[in-house]
Amino acid sequence: MSGQDPFGRPLAGDRAVEVHAGASGAPVQGERGVRPVRGWCEQELQRELPGLGLVWTGVQVGGRRSLTGASPRPVMRQLSELSNRWRGARAINVRQEPVPAAYRVFFRQIGLDPDATRTPIEQAVLARMLEGGFVSRGLLADVITLALVDTAVPVWALDADTVAAPLGIRPSRPGERLGRAGDGPVLGGGRLVVADADGTVAVLFDHPPDEHRPKRSTRSLLLYTVQVAGVPSLHIEETLWACQSALVDACS
Amino acid sequence: MAYIEQLSGDRLDRGDALREADAEAAARETLRAQVGRLERELSALVARSFPHLSGVAPAAPSVPRLLGLAELERTRDRLAGHIADAHQQLAERSARERRSRELLRRAKEDPRRYKFLRIAVADLGEGTCGTWEVRPRLGPIGMLAGWWQVKLSSGCP
Repeated sequence: MSGQDPFGRPLAGDRAVEVHAGASGAPVQGERGVRPVRGWCEQELQRELPGLGLVWTGVQVGGRRSLTGASPRPVMRQLSELSNRWRGARAINVRQEPVPAAYRVFFRQIGLDPDATRTPIEQAVLARMLEGGFVSRGLLADVITLALVDTAVPVWALDADTVAAPLGIRPSRPGERLGRAGDGPVLGGGRLVVADADGTVAVLFDHPPDEHRPKRSTRSLLLYTVQVAGVPSLHIEETLWACQSALVDACS
Repeated sequence: MAYIEQLSGDRLDRGDALREADAEAAARETLRAQVGRLERELSALVARSFPHLSGVAPAAPSVPRLLGLAELERTRDRLAGHIADAHQQLAERSARERRSRELLRRAKEDPRRYKFLRIAVADLGEGTCGTWEVRPRLGPIGMLAGWWQVKLSSGCP
Protein backbone atom coordinates (compact mmCIF):
# COMPACT_ATOMS: atom_id res chain seq x y z
CA MET A 1 0.00 0.00 0.00
CA SER A 2 1.38 3.40 -0.83
CA GLY A 3 0.48 6.63 0.83
CA GLN A 4 1.78 9.52 2.80
CA ASP A 5 2.95 9.85 6.35
CA PRO A 6 1.02 12.09 8.74
CA PHE A 7 2.98 15.07 7.47
CA GLY A 8 2.18 14.48 3.83
CA ARG A 9 5.52 12.90 2.95
CA PRO A 10 5.53 9.66 0.95
CA LEU A 11 5.84 6.52 3.05
CA ALA A 12 9.22 4.89 2.81
CA GLY A 13 7.89 1.36 2.55
CA ASP A 14 4.74 -0.39 1.48
CA ARG A 15 3.97 -2.22 4.69
CA ALA A 16 1.84 0.36 6.51
CA VAL A 17 -1.79 -0.43 7.02
CA GLU A 18 -3.91 2.52 7.94
CA VAL A 19 -6.27 2.09 10.83
CA HIS A 20 -8.32 4.93 9.44
CA ALA A 21 -7.71 5.28 5.77
CA GLY A 22 -9.57 7.56 3.41
CA ALA A 23 -10.58 6.67 -0.13
CA SER A 24 -7.08 7.47 -1.34
CA GLY A 25 -5.50 5.16 1.25
CA ALA A 26 -3.77 8.03 3.00
CA PRO A 27 -4.26 8.67 6.73
CA VAL A 28 -7.34 10.73 7.46
CA GLN A 29 -6.96 14.21 8.86
CA GLY A 30 -9.22 14.54 11.88
CA GLU A 31 -10.23 17.58 13.87
CA ARG A 32 -7.27 17.32 16.25
CA GLY A 33 -4.67 15.99 13.88
CA VAL A 34 -3.95 12.83 12.00
CA ARG A 35 -5.76 9.65 12.95
CA PRO A 36 -3.70 6.61 13.98
CA VAL A 37 -1.96 4.40 11.46
CA ARG A 38 -1.22 0.74 12.11
CA GLY A 39 2.45 -0.02 11.56
CA TRP A 40 3.89 -3.22 10.16
CA CYS A 41 4.85 -6.25 12.17
CA GLU A 42 7.14 -8.95 10.85
CA GLN A 43 5.31 -12.09 9.82
CA GLU A 44 7.06 -14.41 12.27
CA LEU A 45 6.19 -12.07 15.15
CA GLN A 46 2.57 -11.86 14.05
CA ARG A 47 2.39 -15.64 13.93
CA GLU A 48 4.07 -16.14 17.30
CA LEU A 49 2.58 -13.20 19.16
CA PRO A 50 -0.90 -12.60 17.75
CA GLY A 51 -2.29 -9.29 18.89
CA LEU A 52 1.08 -7.55 18.85
CA GLY A 53 1.03 -4.37 16.84
CA LEU A 54 2.41 -0.89 16.63
CA VAL A 55 0.13 2.08 16.07
CA TRP A 56 1.54 5.49 15.30
CA THR A 57 0.36 8.94 14.45
CA GLY A 58 1.78 12.34 13.79
CA VAL A 59 1.21 15.62 15.46
CA GLN A 60 2.31 19.02 14.31
CA VAL A 61 2.55 21.49 17.14
CA GLY A 62 2.50 25.22 16.62
CA GLY A 63 3.54 28.11 18.76
CA ARG A 64 6.83 28.57 20.51
CA ARG A 65 6.25 26.57 23.63
CA SER A 66 9.13 24.24 24.36
CA LEU A 67 8.19 20.57 24.41
CA THR A 68 10.68 19.90 27.18
CA GLY A 69 9.90 23.05 29.16
CA ALA A 70 7.40 23.60 31.95
CA SER A 71 3.84 22.46 31.36
CA PRO A 72 0.99 24.96 31.21
CA ARG A 73 -1.34 25.24 34.18
CA PRO A 74 -4.13 22.94 32.86
CA VAL A 75 -1.64 20.10 32.41
CA MET A 76 -0.23 20.66 35.90
CA ARG A 77 -3.76 20.63 37.31
CA GLN A 78 -4.53 17.37 35.55
CA LEU A 79 -1.36 15.81 36.95
CA SER A 80 -2.36 16.90 40.42
CA GLU A 81 -5.91 15.55 40.04
CA LEU A 82 -4.57 12.26 38.75
CA SER A 83 -2.17 12.03 41.70
CA ASN A 84 -5.16 12.27 44.04
CA ARG A 85 -6.95 9.48 42.22
CA TRP A 86 -4.01 7.10 42.53
CA ARG A 87 -3.49 5.93 46.09
CA GLY A 88 -1.83 2.92 47.63
CA ALA A 89 -4.70 0.47 47.34
CA ARG A 90 -5.19 1.12 43.64
CA ALA A 91 -1.45 1.02 43.03
CA ILE A 92 -1.27 -2.47 44.50
CA ASN A 93 -4.20 -3.70 42.44
CA VAL A 94 -3.17 -2.12 39.16
CA ARG A 95 -1.49 -5.34 38.02
CA GLN A 96 -4.89 -7.03 38.10
CA GLU A 97 -6.66 -4.49 35.90
CA PRO A 98 -7.27 -5.84 32.38
CA VAL A 99 -4.97 -3.60 30.33
CA PRO A 100 -2.00 -3.53 32.75
CA ALA A 101 -2.41 -7.30 33.18
CA ALA A 102 -2.25 -7.75 29.41
CA TYR A 103 1.08 -5.91 29.30
CA ARG A 104 2.40 -7.93 32.27
CA VAL A 105 1.51 -11.18 30.54
CA PHE A 106 3.10 -9.99 27.31
CA PHE A 107 6.28 -9.02 29.15
CA ARG A 108 6.54 -12.58 30.49
CA GLN A 109 5.94 -13.99 27.02
CA ILE A 110 8.84 -12.01 25.53
CA GLY A 111 11.30 -12.86 28.28
CA LEU A 112 10.94 -9.77 30.46
CA ASP A 113 10.17 -10.13 34.15
CA PRO A 114 7.66 -7.36 34.93
CA ASP A 115 8.97 -7.26 38.50
CA ALA A 116 12.46 -6.42 37.20
CA THR A 117 11.61 -4.49 34.03
CA ARG A 118 8.37 -2.83 35.02
CA THR A 119 5.57 -2.24 32.56
CA PRO A 120 5.19 1.49 31.79
CA ILE A 121 1.98 1.89 33.79
CA GLU A 122 3.42 0.12 36.85
CA GLN A 123 6.59 2.22 36.56
CA ALA A 124 4.52 5.41 36.50
CA VAL A 125 2.39 4.32 39.45
CA LEU A 126 5.45 3.26 41.45
CA ALA A 127 7.04 6.67 40.79
CA ARG A 128 3.82 8.32 41.95
CA MET A 129 3.96 6.36 45.21
CA LEU A 130 7.65 7.08 45.81
CA GLU A 131 7.48 10.78 44.89
CA GLY A 132 4.12 11.53 46.46
CA GLY A 133 2.51 12.49 43.17
CA PHE A 134 2.95 12.55 39.43
CA VAL A 135 5.85 14.97 39.25
CA SER A 136 6.08 17.25 36.23
CA ARG A 137 8.97 16.47 33.90
CA GLY A 138 8.24 18.83 31.04
CA LEU A 139 5.31 19.25 28.69
CA LEU A 140 5.80 16.24 26.45
CA ALA A 141 6.64 13.86 29.29
CA ASP A 142 3.64 15.12 31.28
CA VAL A 143 1.22 14.69 28.39
CA ILE A 144 2.47 11.14 27.87
CA THR A 145 2.17 10.39 31.59
CA LEU A 146 -1.41 11.70 31.65
CA ALA A 147 -2.39 9.49 28.72
CA LEU A 148 -0.56 6.49 30.18
CA VAL A 149 -2.11 6.75 33.61
CA ASP A 150 -5.55 7.34 32.16
CA THR A 151 -5.58 4.40 29.74
CA ALA A 152 -2.66 2.22 30.95
CA VAL A 153 -1.38 2.25 27.36
CA PRO A 154 2.19 3.56 26.93
CA VAL A 155 3.13 6.15 24.33
CA TRP A 156 6.57 7.12 23.06
CA ALA A 157 7.38 10.24 21.09
CA LEU A 158 9.90 10.64 18.29
CA ASP A 159 11.19 13.63 16.40
CA ALA A 160 9.45 12.98 13.08
CA ASP A 161 12.34 14.47 11.14
CA THR A 162 14.69 11.75 12.35
CA VAL A 163 12.63 8.74 11.25
CA ALA A 164 11.36 7.45 7.94
CA ALA A 165 7.79 6.28 8.41
CA PRO A 166 6.18 3.76 8.47
CA LEU A 167 7.22 2.27 11.79
CA GLY A 168 6.95 -1.35 12.68
CA ILE A 169 8.18 -4.12 14.94
CA ARG A 170 10.76 -6.74 14.04
CA PRO A 171 13.60 -8.69 15.62
CA SER A 172 16.99 -7.00 15.34
CA ARG A 173 19.53 -8.47 12.93
CA PRO A 174 22.88 -9.83 14.07
CA GLY A 175 25.35 -7.00 14.62
CA GLU A 176 22.70 -4.30 14.21
CA ARG A 177 23.11 -1.14 16.26
CA LEU A 178 20.47 0.98 17.94
CA GLY A 179 19.74 4.24 16.13
CA ARG A 180 21.36 5.88 13.15
CA ALA A 181 24.45 7.48 14.62
CA GLY A 182 26.51 4.33 14.30
CA ASP A 183 27.75 4.59 17.84
CA GLY A 184 24.65 3.13 19.45
CA PRO A 185 24.89 -0.12 21.39
CA VAL A 186 25.04 -3.32 19.39
CA LEU A 187 21.69 -5.04 19.85
CA GLY A 188 22.60 -8.57 18.93
CA GLY A 189 20.24 -10.66 16.87
CA GLY A 190 16.66 -11.38 17.81
CA ARG A 191 15.93 -8.44 20.09
CA LEU A 192 12.47 -7.01 19.47
CA VAL A 193 12.81 -3.49 18.18
CA VAL A 194 10.76 -0.67 16.76
CA ALA A 195 12.17 0.09 13.35
CA ASP A 196 11.58 2.25 10.33
CA ALA A 197 12.75 1.80 6.76
CA ASP A 198 16.29 2.88 7.65
CA GLY A 199 16.96 0.86 10.77
CA THR A 200 16.16 0.50 14.44
CA VAL A 201 14.50 3.34 16.31
CA ALA A 202 14.12 1.89 19.81
CA VAL A 203 14.09 -1.36 21.70
CA LEU A 204 10.51 -2.50 22.26
CA PHE A 205 9.07 -0.94 25.45
CA ASP A 206 12.21 1.14 25.97
CA HIS A 207 12.77 4.84 25.44
CA PRO A 208 14.21 5.84 22.08
CA PRO A 209 17.83 7.00 21.99
CA ASP A 210 18.57 10.73 22.25
CA GLU A 211 18.94 11.18 18.50
CA HIS A 212 15.27 10.29 17.94
CA ARG A 213 13.84 12.04 20.97
CA PRO A 214 11.98 15.30 20.39
CA LYS A 215 14.03 18.36 21.30
CA ARG A 216 12.70 21.51 22.87
CA SER A 217 12.18 23.09 19.45
CA THR A 218 10.78 20.03 17.67
CA ARG A 219 7.49 20.84 15.94
CA SER A 220 6.76 17.58 14.08
CA LEU A 221 6.27 14.64 16.36
CA LEU A 222 5.57 11.04 15.74
CA LEU A 223 3.77 9.27 18.57
CA TYR A 224 3.61 5.51 18.73
CA THR A 225 2.22 2.89 21.01
CA VAL A 226 2.46 -0.88 21.24
CA GLN A 227 -0.71 -2.95 21.29
CA VAL A 228 -0.66 -6.45 22.73
CA ALA A 229 -3.28 -9.18 22.98
CA GLY A 230 -5.98 -8.14 25.43
CA VAL A 231 -5.67 -4.40 24.88
CA PRO A 232 -8.71 -3.03 23.03
CA SER A 233 -8.06 -0.84 20.00
CA LEU A 234 -10.25 1.79 21.61
CA HIS A 235 -7.68 2.25 24.37
CA ILE A 236 -4.93 2.53 21.79
CA GLU A 237 -6.74 5.20 19.83
CA GLU A 238 -7.77 7.02 22.97
CA THR A 239 -4.26 7.25 24.35
CA LEU A 240 -2.85 8.59 21.06
CA TRP A 241 -5.74 10.99 20.67
CA ALA A 242 -5.30 12.22 24.25
CA CYS A 243 -1.62 12.97 23.61
CA GLN A 244 -2.27 14.66 20.28
CA SER A 245 -5.06 16.73 21.68
CA ALA A 246 -3.17 17.82 24.79
CA LEU A 247 -0.07 18.76 22.80
CA VAL A 248 -2.03 20.77 20.22
CA ASP A 249 -3.91 22.58 22.99
CA ALA A 250 -0.80 23.28 25.04
CA CYS A 251 1.18 24.60 22.07
CA SER A 252 -1.53 26.62 20.38
CA MET B 1 12.46 -46.94 -9.53
CA ALA B 2 15.19 -46.04 -7.04
CA TYR B 3 14.85 -42.39 -8.12
CA ILE B 4 11.10 -42.44 -7.42
CA GLU B 5 11.71 -44.01 -4.02
CA GLN B 6 14.29 -41.32 -3.19
CA LEU B 7 11.85 -38.55 -4.27
CA SER B 8 9.04 -39.90 -2.11
CA GLY B 9 11.53 -40.32 0.76
CA ASP B 10 12.54 -36.65 0.46
CA ARG B 11 8.90 -35.64 0.44
CA LEU B 12 8.27 -37.69 3.55
CA ASP B 13 11.26 -36.03 5.29
CA ARG B 14 9.97 -32.59 4.39
CA GLY B 15 6.50 -33.55 5.60
CA ASP B 16 7.95 -34.77 8.89
CA ALA B 17 9.92 -31.55 9.33
CA LEU B 18 6.81 -29.46 8.65
CA ARG B 19 4.74 -31.52 11.08
CA GLU B 20 7.47 -31.16 13.69
CA ALA B 21 7.62 -27.38 13.18
CA ASP B 22 3.83 -27.15 13.48
CA ALA B 23 3.87 -29.24 16.64
CA GLU B 24 6.57 -27.05 18.15
CA ALA B 25 4.66 -23.88 17.26
CA ALA B 26 1.55 -25.33 18.87
CA ALA B 27 3.57 -26.24 21.96
CA ARG B 28 4.91 -22.67 22.18
CA GLU B 29 1.37 -21.31 21.88
CA THR B 30 0.20 -23.59 24.68
CA LEU B 31 3.12 -22.56 26.86
CA ARG B 32 2.42 -18.87 26.24
CA ALA B 33 -1.19 -19.41 27.29
CA GLN B 34 -0.01 -21.20 30.44
CA VAL B 35 2.42 -18.37 31.20
CA GLY B 36 -0.48 -15.92 30.84
CA ARG B 37 -2.71 -17.88 33.22
CA LEU B 38 0.06 -18.29 35.80
CA GLU B 39 1.01 -14.60 35.64
CA ARG B 40 -2.61 -13.60 36.28
CA GLU B 41 -2.85 -16.06 39.16
CA LEU B 42 0.37 -14.76 40.72
CA SER B 43 -0.76 -11.14 40.33
CA ALA B 44 -4.05 -11.95 42.03
CA LEU B 45 -2.24 -13.68 44.91
CA VAL B 46 0.19 -10.80 45.41
CA ALA B 47 -2.58 -8.18 45.32
CA ARG B 48 -4.94 -10.14 47.59
CA SER B 49 -2.39 -10.88 50.28
CA PHE B 50 -0.54 -7.55 50.30
CA PRO B 51 1.53 -6.81 52.38
CA HIS B 52 1.93 -10.27 53.86
CA LEU B 53 3.52 -11.94 50.86
CA SER B 54 7.23 -11.32 50.71
CA GLY B 55 8.22 -10.17 47.25
CA VAL B 56 9.17 -12.69 44.63
CA ALA B 57 12.82 -12.27 43.67
CA PRO B 58 12.72 -10.86 40.14
CA ALA B 59 14.80 -12.39 37.42
CA ALA B 60 17.83 -10.46 36.19
CA PRO B 61 16.90 -7.70 33.72
CA SER B 62 16.62 -9.10 30.25
CA VAL B 63 15.80 -8.02 26.71
CA PRO B 64 12.56 -8.44 24.76
CA ARG B 65 12.83 -11.35 22.33
CA LEU B 66 10.92 -14.27 20.87
CA LEU B 67 11.25 -17.12 23.32
CA GLY B 68 11.92 -20.65 22.20
CA LEU B 69 10.32 -23.75 23.62
CA ALA B 70 12.95 -24.25 26.34
CA GLU B 71 12.83 -20.61 27.50
CA LEU B 72 9.04 -20.65 27.62
CA GLU B 73 9.16 -23.84 29.67
CA ARG B 74 11.62 -22.23 32.09
CA THR B 75 9.40 -19.13 32.38
CA ARG B 76 6.35 -21.28 33.05
CA ASP B 77 8.19 -23.41 35.63
CA ARG B 78 9.57 -20.34 37.40
CA LEU B 79 6.08 -18.81 37.61
CA ALA B 80 4.63 -22.09 38.87
CA GLY B 81 7.39 -22.17 41.50
CA HIS B 82 6.59 -18.60 42.60
CA ILE B 83 2.93 -19.49 42.93
CA ALA B 84 3.72 -22.60 44.97
CA ASP B 85 5.98 -20.51 47.26
CA ALA B 86 3.27 -17.89 47.64
CA HIS B 87 0.67 -20.53 48.54
CA GLN B 88 3.06 -22.00 51.11
CA GLN B 89 3.77 -18.59 52.65
CA LEU B 90 0.06 -17.88 52.85
CA ALA B 91 -0.67 -21.28 54.40
CA GLU B 92 2.05 -20.74 57.04
CA ARG B 93 0.72 -17.28 57.77
CA SER B 94 -2.83 -18.59 58.04
CA ALA B 95 -1.69 -21.27 60.52
CA ARG B 96 0.19 -18.65 62.58
CA GLU B 97 -2.89 -16.42 62.68
CA ARG B 98 -5.05 -19.35 63.77
CA ARG B 99 -2.63 -20.14 66.61
CA SER B 100 -2.52 -16.48 67.68
CA ARG B 101 -6.33 -16.22 67.69
CA GLU B 102 -6.58 -19.38 69.78
CA LEU B 103 -3.99 -18.00 72.25
CA LEU B 104 -5.89 -14.71 72.51
CA ARG B 105 -9.16 -16.56 73.14
CA ARG B 106 -7.54 -18.56 75.97
CA ALA B 107 -5.94 -15.39 77.41
CA LYS B 108 -9.34 -13.67 77.45
CA GLU B 109 -10.89 -16.63 79.28
CA ASP B 110 -8.17 -16.81 81.94
CA PRO B 111 -5.86 -13.76 81.85
CA ARG B 112 -4.02 -14.78 85.03
CA ARG B 113 -2.45 -17.72 83.24
CA TYR B 114 -1.00 -15.46 80.51
CA LYS B 115 0.49 -12.55 82.45
CA PHE B 116 2.09 -9.87 80.23
CA LEU B 117 1.31 -11.81 77.06
CA ARG B 118 1.47 -9.61 73.95
CA ILE B 119 -0.07 -10.48 70.58
CA ALA B 120 0.26 -8.05 67.69
CA VAL B 121 -2.95 -7.42 65.78
CA ALA B 122 -0.99 -8.07 62.58
CA ASP B 123 -0.38 -11.64 63.80
CA LEU B 124 -4.14 -12.11 63.97
CA GLY B 125 -4.62 -10.99 60.39
CA GLU B 126 -6.86 -8.15 61.53
CA GLY B 127 -4.91 -5.09 60.41
CA THR B 128 -1.48 -3.72 61.01
CA CYS B 129 -1.77 -1.50 64.10
CA GLY B 130 -2.26 -2.42 67.73
CA THR B 131 -1.31 -5.05 70.26
CA TRP B 132 -3.37 -7.19 72.59
CA GLU B 133 -1.77 -7.24 76.07
CA VAL B 134 -2.50 -9.05 79.33
CA ARG B 135 -2.02 -6.34 81.98
CA PRO B 136 -2.87 -5.95 85.65
CA ARG B 137 -5.86 -3.75 86.55
CA LEU B 138 -4.84 -0.65 88.54
CA GLY B 139 -1.16 -1.32 88.03
CA PRO B 140 0.78 -2.73 91.02
CA ILE B 141 -2.39 -3.12 93.08
CA GLY B 142 -3.92 -5.39 90.45
CA MET B 143 -0.65 -7.26 90.14
CA LEU B 144 -0.63 -7.98 93.89
CA ALA B 145 -4.34 -8.74 93.99
CA GLY B 146 -4.25 -10.96 90.89
CA TRP B 147 -6.61 -8.75 88.84
CA TRP B 148 -5.56 -9.28 85.23
CA GLN B 149 -7.22 -8.17 82.03
CA VAL B 150 -6.68 -8.31 78.27
CA LYS B 151 -6.43 -4.85 76.71
CA LEU B 152 -6.00 -3.63 73.15
CA SER B 153 -3.56 -0.77 72.73
CA SER B 154 -3.76 1.15 69.50
CA GLY B 155 -0.04 1.07 68.80
CA CYS B 156 -0.29 3.41 65.85
CA PRO B 157 0.51 7.10 65.80
